[in-house]
Amino acid sequence: MKPLLKFFKGYRVESVLAPLFKCLEAIFELLVPLCVTRIIDVGIKHNDTKTVFTMCGVMMALAVIGLVCAISAQYFSARAAVGVSTKIRSALFSKIQSFSYSDTDKLGTSTLITRMTGDVNAVQTGINMFLRLFMRSPFIVFGAMIMAFTIDVPLALIFAVTIPLLAIIVFGIMLTSIPIFKRSQARLDKVLGKVRGNYNGTRVVRAFNKEADEIEDFDKKNEHLTKIQVFAGRISALMNPLTYVIINFAVIILIKLGALNVQTGNITQGELVALYNYMSQILVELIKLASLIITLNKAQASAHRVSSILNMETEEIKHAQTEKADDDSSVKFDGVCFGYSTSGDHAINNVSFTAKRGQTVGIIGGTGSGKSTLINLIPRFYQATEGDVFINGKHASLYSKEELCDMVAIVPQKAQLFKGTVRSNLTLGNDVSDDELWEALSAAQAKEFVLEKEGLDTEVAQNGSNFSGGQKQRLTIARALVKKPQILILDDAASALDYATEARLRAAVCSLDYSPTLFIVSQRTSSILHADLILVLDDGEVVGSGTHEQLLDSCEVYRDIYRSQFPEEVTM
Amino acid sequence: MKNKKNTQSIKTFFKILGYLKIYRIHFILSLIFTAITVALTLYVPILVGNAIDLALGKGAVDIDGIAAILVKIGVAVVITAILQWIINVLNNRMTYGIVKNIRHEAFVKIQSFPISYVDKNRTGDIVSRVITDVDQFADGLLLGFTQFFNGIMTIVGTLIFMLMINVPITLIVVFLTPLSFFVASFIAKKTYSMFKLQSEIRSEQTTLVDEMISGHKLVLAFNYEDNAKESFDEVNGRLGKASLKAIFFSSLVNPSTRFVNSTVYALVALAGALLCINNPDFISIGMLSSFLAYSTQYTKPFNEISGVVTELQNSIACAERVFTLIEAPTLTEAQEFEDKKFKGDIEFKNVCFSYSPDKKLIDNFNLKVSTGQRVAIVGPTGCGKTTLINLLMRFYDVDSGEILLDGKNINDISRHTLRNSFGMVLQDTWLCAGTIRENIAFGNPDATDEEVKAAAKAAHAHSFIRRLPNGYDTVIGEDGGALSQGQKQLLCIARVILCLPEMLILDEATSSIDTRTEIRIQKAFATMMQGRTSFIVAHRLSTIIEADKILVMKDGNVIEQGTHKELLAKGGFYTELYNSQFAKLDN
Repeated sequence: MKPLLKFFKGYRVESVLAPLFKCLEAIFELLVPLCVTRIIDVGIKHNDTKTVFTMCGVMMALAVIGLVCAISAQYFSARAAVGVSTKIRSALFSKIQSFSYSDTDKLGTSTLITRMTGDVNAVQTGINMFLRLFMRSPFIVFGAMIMAFTIDVPLALIFAVTIPLLAIIVFGIMLTSIPIFKRSQARLDKVLGKVRGNYNGTRVVRAFNKEADEIEDFDKKNEHLTKIQVFAGRISALMNPLTYVIINFAVIILIKLGALNVQTGNITQGELVALYNYMSQILVELIKLASLIITLNKAQASAHRVSSILNMETEEIKHAQTEKADDDSSVKFDGVCFGYSTSGDHAINNVSFTAKRGQTVGIIGGTGSGKSTLINLIPRFYQATEGDVFINGKHASLYSKEELCDMVAIVPQKAQLFKGTVRSNLTLGNDVSDDELWEALSAAQAKEFVLEKEGLDTEVAQNGSNFSGGQKQRLTIARALVKKPQILILDDAASALDYATEARLRAAVCSLDYSPTLFIVSQRTSSILHADLILVLDDGEVVGSGTHEQLLDSCEVYRDIYRSQFPEEVTM
Repeated sequence: MKNKKNTQSIKTFFKILGYLKIYRIHFILSLIFTAITVALTLYVPILVGNAIDLALGKGAVDIDGIAAILVKIGVAVVITAILQWIINVLNNRMTYGIVKNIRHEAFVKIQSFPISYVDKNRTGDIVSRVITDVDQFADGLLLGFTQFFNGIMTIVGTLIFMLMINVPITLIVVFLTPLSFFVASFIAKKTYSMFKLQSEIRSEQTTLVDEMISGHKLVLAFNYEDNAKESFDEVNGRLGKASLKAIFFSSLVNPSTRFVNSTVYALVALAGALLCINNPDFISIGMLSSFLAYSTQYTKPFNEISGVVTELQNSIACAERVFTLIEAPTLTEAQEFEDKKFKGDIEFKNVCFSYSPDKKLIDNFNLKVSTGQRVAIVGPTGCGKTTLINLLMRFYDVDSGEILLDGKNINDISRHTLRNSFGMVLQDTWLCAGTIRENIAFGNPDATDEEVKAAAKAAHAHSFIRRLPNGYDTVIGEDGGALSQGQKQLLCIARVILCLPEMLILDEATSSIDTRTEIRIQKAFATMMQGRTSFIVAHRLSTIIEADKILVMKDGNVIEQGTHKELLAKGGFYTELYNSQFAKLDN
């Protein structure tokens, strides 16, 4: 909860004014009985209609003032609650944006979504309720106790015992149910994950006729969630009855001892009535509080989940030991190793190579041989666990993230588009002229189908679902070209294209006027045949490097791959 | 317009009542217990009053009488507390049970949505409806149960006690208090649309978050953070404004009704005092003071109820969004007929289809495939290859013409039976959150460990699975986690190998797999496809050379068909495609 306190900055005034007005309202409420006493004691007893009218007038005035106070309180608390949670949401989003590849791999999407939506909502409701009621209740409870002390000290001691007892119950229930609520939110994550996964995989689920099993699995998760919710509810449900019993037993003791005191003439009957009234007032406040506790518990649990994200340590940037490499190198790897934190083995082991500026580097290897991991080390999406990566002769860790992003454009395997237009997907908010966009589209072989649709302003649905796989890939390539990067990485980015289109694409990219250093990751030998340098990866290690001819000669794995694609040639 | 909205809310309300039906015993018990607790809660102050009346002053205290009354109070309090707890538990059960049922129903519904609906509606929106809206709805419902009936009972109870004291002043209270109801319902009406707007913007935000988080790597790669943040903050700002409005205006209900009540209180005091001055026999001071006490007792539930009204507003707005989802049109299913094994004769007869009416895609398509044939479909990207598969699996239905399976129109075969006879590997790999083993056994959960391993071996996935931290028990995330596309595809292939149906569809099934592995998998496929009708969509021509029939598609039409040799001999579009793949070789 604490880390969330800083978000109240800017809403401090509101956060103070809301409870303040609430307390004012309570004071005016407490004055009303005094008016009634005067009506009875002065007005009726002395047949004084004037006092009756004045006092009723005063009561009306108190009601108006109370209304104004209450509305102000509601306004300030709503402002603070909404303002703070809007800030929290925004901060969460920024934080998530700052996560590295490894961070998001670890967390998963669903939980991030529930935390940004459901949990922040719960926090918002919690803050709102807290500001409105949490000050008011202790105010009235302690006020009543102080009033009791002014009447009779020994009898008021009953209050002094009852109130801590109530506090223990209220906070005890709160503390036991917070972890349960947390667990219940975690189970909600699971239910959400199920819905999301199922919806995204509708085609596969249907193709395998798995609807019934999916429903069964969902029901299990749903049932699991319901169980813990009911359990949590059962504990919260204790609150009301327990406080009710305690207060009323306090009343019984109060009357018992009070009656004895009246007998001895220590207090009057009226004073006993007053003491009883104060006890009742505490009960009324506690009932209000109890309904609030559930909301607050949820908010607490949610606040923990939110702050755990905000407090997550993002990956630390390691600093370089060696600074310089050769001047004409564009990308240089020196003994680079990398392991995903989740599995023990190195995904990349002791890789060294040098790519000169403007060169084309082909990377080929079996599925899972570490090709994608290797190229993700260039823009520092993952950080090498051992060894050094140099870019333009400078150690990669000496560049800021932004600098690297500007220099390196990477087109990932999975073509992903955002909802918007073709233009917004290409520019990604940067200022780029239409001519440049068309240039990139035409190099990426995407000009034709974009023209066929509605040009640059063609709508793109979420996940680009209104484009075919191949079209999406070409658009993502165009997006990378718009940046005019010094280093362009195509990570199997043309896999959905037919060979003819891919060949045209490759030719266009090779003849770009700013001649970027080009990395092509591919399964197809034909895609990398003409590269200046081909790296053959197998199980995370470089088992061959050189040109096509050299490798055919010297590298067994490469020959195997090549033979698998061009059987006739090699066997001939 | 307004009326329409109202009837809509009323309809929603009745739908909610419909869900209550299974819990009617809980519901009735809850009502009865509430009635008892309210009566006891109102009775306790009377007992206390009686006890105090017995303590008149010094030396005039009936200790024994008081003790007897105190025992009664004790018993009443304990009974009340126990019943209260039971009520809370019952209400909890009801609320969460109803929520569970609604979620279940929504999920079941999603399973039978037409694919076109799924393609059009974004994940974030659906998730927001099934999760957040249902949650909000539950909160409102819970508050409603606990407070609404309690309030009503208290009103009835105090009304009876007041009538017993004095009829005319009771009438004043009774006629004036509904004012607060008017105020409450006036505000509620105004705020309803604000809550709806809030819900809508919230769902918009969920969608955005979903997109940005699932595309996180891309966002990083393109330094798109600032723009993402900007569009997020824009929606977030709008949400903030909408929420502030909704929360503030709805929270006016409580102070306003309290104001009305204070006014009533003052008027009752005035009327009572004046009556008392003019006619002391009509009402005594003691009566007036207990009357005032009861009149606050009486008006308080009105406040609570109006608070509940706000909460219910919100929950009805949320419920409506959930119900729109539940009531979205679903597929009509053909009569399920005998679980028949198909031979695998497939015929497309004059099939026409398009995704949007203004753009023809597949026009008058004809094709005959006999049992055991291997059909390959090639052609440039976007020519309709995948659409044919969509039609064959009945993800979409043909606009006109028919597709016959063993001479039977597939529209007359239930989707279940139809899909059971097809095995499919798509280019778009989808894995469910769970272990590797669960994913492979997806289509055949009863498979033994040996069978799973054998399938993985056939798909050449065994070696990489073995290297994972926990082998076959490694848990992978919803999106496949750190697995590469190729590895995911291998798992998808293993998945199909394990369930082995009568017909096979491979839609770019090996596009992300290296060719060495691919050739080995092809061998596994070849054994698998023996005697099975199969469709292979591919752009790697090397993978389809051995097909019995190759369809070359362009712009939704088959422009050439035949075997590899025949097509090459023709020297047409296929030859061009084929040569382009090996273009570099000629140099």
